[in-house]
Amino acid sequence: MGLAPSGPGAAFAGNLVDMLRLARALRDEMVAHARADHPDEACGLVAGVDGEATRVIRMTNIARSPTFYEMDPGEQLHVFREMDDRDEELFVIYHSHTATEAYPSRTDISIAGYPDAHYVLVSTRQPDVEEFRSFRIVDGVVTEEPVEVV
Amino acid sequence: MTVQVRIPTILRKHTDGAKQVEGSGETLADLFSDLDGRHPGLRGGLVTDDGDLHRFVNVYVNDEDVRFLGAISTPLADGDVVTILPAVAGGAAAGAMCAVAGGAAAGAMCAVAGGAAAGAMCAVAGG
Repeated sequence: MGLAPSGPGAAFAGNLVDMLRLARALRDEMVAHARADHPDEACGLVAGVDGEATRVIRMTNIARSPTFYEMDPGEQLHVFREMDDRDEELFVIYHSHTATEAYPSRTDISIAGYPDAHYVLVSTRQPDVEEFRSFRIVDGVVTEEPVEVV
Repeated sequence: MTVQVRIPTILRKHTDGAKQVEGSGETLADLFSDLDGRHPGLRGGLVTDDGDLHRFVNVYVNDEDVRFLGAISTPLADGDVVTILPAVAGGAAAGAMCAVAGGAAAGAMCAVAGGAAAGAMCAVAGG
């Protein structure tokens, strides 16, 4: 897979690695969070250092809804500041869908405001099946990227 | 009086890539009007046609969420720091949410901004 064609957002493509690579423990942590909050949607962040995912940060979904999530704005600012202080970057924004596939909804796409982040979707619609996918969302264009668990 | 304003990545297309800009104004509304003179388009990413803050833009004055201050009318003082962050939100929601999302997705914050749309989102978010 070459660099993702992202239309007007292609200017970002030069900075992006077109895949998500992360440790199994981090992926498992996101899935566990999604399962724990089911049937409500879960949301959180993964911080990274030098292009490598380092830790999962569970965030509060103030909507507490099976069909919507919104990170607590105060908590968001606090965590962003903390990441700055630790020289971390915002690596992944993840959330769960609890009854539908792990693919960005139209709502997800319209609100997506972080063109440099990997958007991870976890579906918890089936208790025994893990659905974990990663995307770029730039200028309303969704590009799925492979996930490599190491 | 001067206020420092931290600009998120998605809005830096209006600031020639600058992460931080300076402006002035008695209130947040005044500040955004002042900034729009030098950074055309910036205000449109923050404020709706009705003059309210977009539903999915978080604005903080000295790290305090302006929703708990005076929203778009929050007063400003010399040396204040205004931080703008796109909200991190979304979800599988159908119905009203899809109507919201159906607009020009490109603008992200702008697309969600439409007046009636914001109300619909709030209703869902609260449920």
